[in-house]
Amino acid sequence: MEILKQIARTIEEGDAAAVPRLVGEALAAESSAKAVLDGGLIAGMNAVGEKFRVHEIFLPDVLLAAKAMYAGLDVLKPLLERAGVASRGRVVIGSVQGDLHDIGKNLVGIMLKGAGFEVIDLGSDVSAVGFVAAARSHEARVIGMSALLTTTMPVMKEVVDLLKKENLGGRIKTIIGGAPVSRDYAEEIGADAYGYDCAQAVERVKELAAAS
Amino acid sequence: MIDFPLSRLEPEAESVYAALGLKPGARPSPRSGELLLRALDSFRRLAEPRGLVLPQTEEEFAAVFHGQGRNETRNPLQRVHPLAARLHLFAFTLGETISAEIERLFAGDFALGAVLDAVASLAADNAGRVAEEWAGSPATASGGSRGAHVAFLYSPGYCGWHISGQEALFAALRPEVIGIRLNASFLMTPLKSISGVLVAGPPAIHRVESVYPFCAQCKSPACRERVSAVPPT
Repeated sequence: MEILKQIARTIEEGDAAAVPRLVGEALAAESSAKAVLDGGLIAGMNAVGEKFRVHEIFLPDVLLAAKAMYAGLDVLKPLLERAGVASRGRVVIGSVQGDLHDIGKNLVGIMLKGAGFEVIDLGSDVSAVGFVAAARSHEARVIGMSALLTTTMPVMKEVVDLLKKENLGGRIKTIIGGAPVSRDYAEEIGADAYGYDCAQAVERVKELAAAS
Repeated sequence: MIDFPLSRLEPEAESVYAALGLKPGARPSPRSGELLLRALDSFRRLAEPRGLVLPQTEEEFAAVFHGQGRNETRNPLQRVHPLAARLHLFAFTLGETISAEIERLFAGDFALGAVLDAVASLAADNAGRVAEEWAGSPATASGGSRGAHVAFLYSPGYCGWHISGQEALFAALRPEVIGIRLNASFLMTPLKSISGVLVAGPPAIHRVESVYPFCAQCKSPACRERVSAVPPT
């Protein structure tokens, strides 16, 4: 439908004022909330993600698009809940204990929401027990951890070990990221994935959620 | 002692765009340009730059540098600092207000938050360059250490100086007086703060030819460009 394409285009343009109006028009034209979500909002964010991946646009454009997407989602959310439409899955994210840097983690959270995930953001300075307890209580499929200091990276291993100890390792997947973190470190500690940047992190979470 | 005018700290538009991932030669969208103007306006209103320096003898600094004894076995600073004409411990912060604003923006206006975060990070880096100029200036010299010197800032957490070195640095410098605190992971708050040692001396002392094992993991290898830009003696 043309209105859904128009919503997707408007999201790409980052026009947060126009998206709620267009979403309203689509619903008035008898599109379902799920159709507007998939064909308009998520389609727009997918296009933005691809442009970002090939460096056609850069981070501020992605964030403007995400803000526009959120504006549309605010209109749809009550309708989606009423219709019992499930999200793509729940993801618990946070910066590990001792680390107060949370910009990278915030960006990943924004992009994950844009990809249709429900994100439980625990903030910064989160303990291993805190991650696992939140993932368990929210029935999350994935835990995403960020660290910007070499001194705080070991908390990531604590989370992986705690999941194994509680026999949750197969059910709750882990992804790590942050400046001092590498793919090698992820393999070393037994994390399920590593995200080099926010775009890659979203792709890895999609894979993990599909596999869990 | 060191003046940090906002005009010297404010980053160039190109460097902000580069920090946010814009490829060289690419043009930012008009909306991104508007965001940058708003972020720079916030920076000018909210930044509260404050710095602190403390002169060190070679022996004093050797003790600070040793810290908890967790530095890499081979590192450039252990070779450079005994050759220095002047050493100063240094800390700088942009203050709490701008950090709080970045956090607030991320709750809703995250595009602006990300741009302001990049502006503030680059401004803190620029403060390091201002401090290096100050430390290298003949006006800073005293006694037998006069002369045209070049100064570099080295920080715990980089170039083989273990981040736990922050503890000894803070014990000596006491940057709490300008509002900087250290947590158990040796992380400074406000986040837009920097610390380290200003090493001033003849240009030749800064020429580090070796590539150290930890350089392979470094994600900010700007030191190579800086070293190669050191004028010949």
